[in-house]
Amino acid sequence: MSEPAALKIENLHVSVGDIPILKGVNLEMRQGETHALMGPNGSGKSTLAYTLIGHPKYEVTEGSISIDGTDIVELDPCERARLGMFLAFQYPVTIPGVKVADFLRHAISNIRNPDRKEGEDLMPMRDFRKELRDTMDELNIDFEFARRYLNDGFSGGEKKRMEILQLAMLKPRFAFLDETDSGLDSDAVRVVSEGLQKLSGPHMGVMIITHHERLLEYNIPQYTHVMLAGRIVETGDAALAHELHANGYAGVRERHPEAAAEELQAQESTT
Amino acid sequence: MSSIDAATAIEESTRERAHVEIGDYQYGFHDPTDKYAFTSRRGLDAEIVAQISEMKGEPGWMRDFRLKSYEIFLEKPMPNWGGDMSGIDFQDIFYYVKASDRQGKTWDEVPEDIRKTYDRLGIPEAEKKYLAGVKAQYESEVIYGSLQEDLANQGVLFTDTDTALKEYPEIFREHFGTIIPPSDNKFAALNSAVWSGGSFIYVPPGVNIDFPLQAYFRINTENMGQFERTLIIVDEGANVHYVEGCTAPTYSSDSLHSAVVEIIVKKRGRCRYTTIQNWSNNVYNLVTKRAVAYGDALMEWVDGNLGSKLTMKYPAIYLMEPGARGETLSIAFAGDGQHQDAGAKMVHCAPNTSSRVISKSISKDGGRAGYRGLVKVQDGATNCKSNVVCDALILDPESRSDTYPYIEVDEDDVAIEHEASVSKIAEEQLLYLMSRGLTEVEASSMIVTGFIEPLVKELPMEYAVELNRLIELQMEGSVG
Repeated sequence: MSEPAALKIENLHVSVGDIPILKGVNLEMRQGETHALMGPNGSGKSTLAYTLIGHPKYEVTEGSISIDGTDIVELDPCERARLGMFLAFQYPVTIPGVKVADFLRHAISNIRNPDRKEGEDLMPMRDFRKELRDTMDELNIDFEFARRYLNDGFSGGEKKRMEILQLAMLKPRFAFLDETDSGLDSDAVRVVSEGLQKLSGPHMGVMIITHHERLLEYNIPQYTHVMLAGRIVETGDAALAHELHANGYAGVRERHPEAAAEELQAQESTT
Repeated sequence: MSSIDAATAIEESTRERAHVEIGDYQYGFHDPTDKYAFTSRRGLDAEIVAQISEMKGEPGWMRDFRLKSYEIFLEKPMPNWGGDMSGIDFQDIFYYVKASDRQGKTWDEVPEDIRKTYDRLGIPEAEKKYLAGVKAQYESEVIYGSLQEDLANQGVLFTDTDTALKEYPEIFREHFGTIIPPSDNKFAALNSAVWSGGSFIYVPPGVNIDFPLQAYFRINTENMGQFERTLIIVDEGANVHYVEGCTAPTYSSDSLHSAVVEIIVKKRGRCRYTTIQNWSNNVYNLVTKRAVAYGDALMEWVDGNLGSKLTMKYPAIYLMEPGARGETLSIAFAGDGQHQDAGAKMVHCAPNTSSRVISKSISKDGGRAGYRGLVKVQDGATNCKSNVVCDALILDPESRSDTYPYIEVDEDDVAIEHEASVSKIAEEQLLYLMSRGLTEVEASSMIVTGFIEPLVKELPMEYAVELNRLIELQMEGSVG
């Protein structure tokens, strides 16, 4: 295997409209690593995730995001996806009338053949169907879902499993899971967690964004990052995740009074 | 994503997105016209009307019908609703253009230039694969016609309307102009005065036609007026699917297409009429279409409007006897400089009749697409059901969608439902698809295709593929 690719985030500042949300995020992740990103509501976790995949609403005002030294800040979401970025959305949108299989066949054709132009050949149907069926079997997803419209009428758990299916099919180099465990009952969390565990390996760097610990029980992070007021204020190992889960963020706020003050200020200005 | 609130929230960022151009219209080429058999002089008067009748060697009653219709046309005011018709100059139009002096029974008999055009449109190929019969109208006259032999042997008639007048005068005169009289509206009067070509279909009792009959209408001359007249009679317990397609060259000045289509579906009969209209963006498309359905009959209009400058078309179904059903599926796609004022009319004249309308309109690049519809229930038509669903998708802030649902109910014992929704392509949907490696064009094209999917899946495979292909062409950037 060649040298694992590295995603490097340096001094990242991001605004939505005129409001600065991220205020200098630094982070490095390699293929094969598992990271946890934790922090209270509004600390900037989802903003970081959206920024990484190129959501047009999130404007990078300073700093850089690079993969193996190539800056991706100016790239649009589909170019980033073709470079191996993936976000499992917290709230996957519904696309009525678009079948899961059709969507995935387009997606996989572009990801596997990043130079593919619109209208050029898609992945052969037979190969695609076989791979889709095998992957769905492995993740315990009924093949019937392939014919359904994307996320249309799906339960919360079904949507999250659909995200994991996409992850499994597209095999990104860097995957971000935004609260993939939230709003699910414990069975659904187990299914998603086991699914992710199966998919993890030396080729994928995973960043698990979560309030909870459940996903992390199955996918033990080598690194745990804590966000507060738009910065990563602490980085530790799995023990840090465990501590935050047990004691909440009071300790973090005490150790970082400046960030805690900023958090309070931001909350006041929005209420 | 069906609420307007969610849509307005993303308007700001939609505006910043890359502008998606409508793809080049691929049927915009035209053929030489110097070998034509006959072209009437430009403009319209009683002499031209009489000349058309004379050229066609028509009986006196038709000549009189035309001249009377011309008078009605003069008397009727222009509609003051719908779209902008101020660009139509009735004296600048060629009303009768005959490109070939005979109709071919094989494609080899069709003049070479014209044959090549139909080859480019893929008609002969489609005919071999999945059609039971074809009529090709070029300018004013039908220049090619075919019908499978076994259908002819069962008594099915499929000719151009001019031939029907000559060869089947009785059944023709019994029905012609009875569903849409010349006095119906200004453009019906105009068509009645100068009509030429169109399809005549008679399906005898109990005859079931498995494959579609297709007509293909092509305008070639600049400032041409095409006024085909179609009459379909489906006898008791019979079944037919008729499909029409339309294209024209792209010229700098406008052409007019104003058809009249009359359909009679007798007891237990079934008729499906599918239009995939793809006129170039300089054609005014002002069409009157109406069907009557008798006891337990089923009439269906599948109406796809992609081309033209202005389309005003509201296919109607009169449900005459108990058990009659009417269904209209309408897709309108308006791009730059286009206005699609499409819709449906359902008139319940008898008890226990039912109707359903599904309308999907898409507007982009400043185009305007809308639904204008009427559901009418006459006094005494008890226990009727009607369901109307209109969905509009607006792709950018410059584009517009309108919904005008009219409901007139003179009877209490009825169930009428109307649902309408307007949505915009949400930034979140685009982001989601693009974050999986789809380009912006692929993503928005997929969202549009998904939007019309419930309707397209009702079409036979070949037409569904064709419609999706046309939509993709409309969505593609003008790269190259």
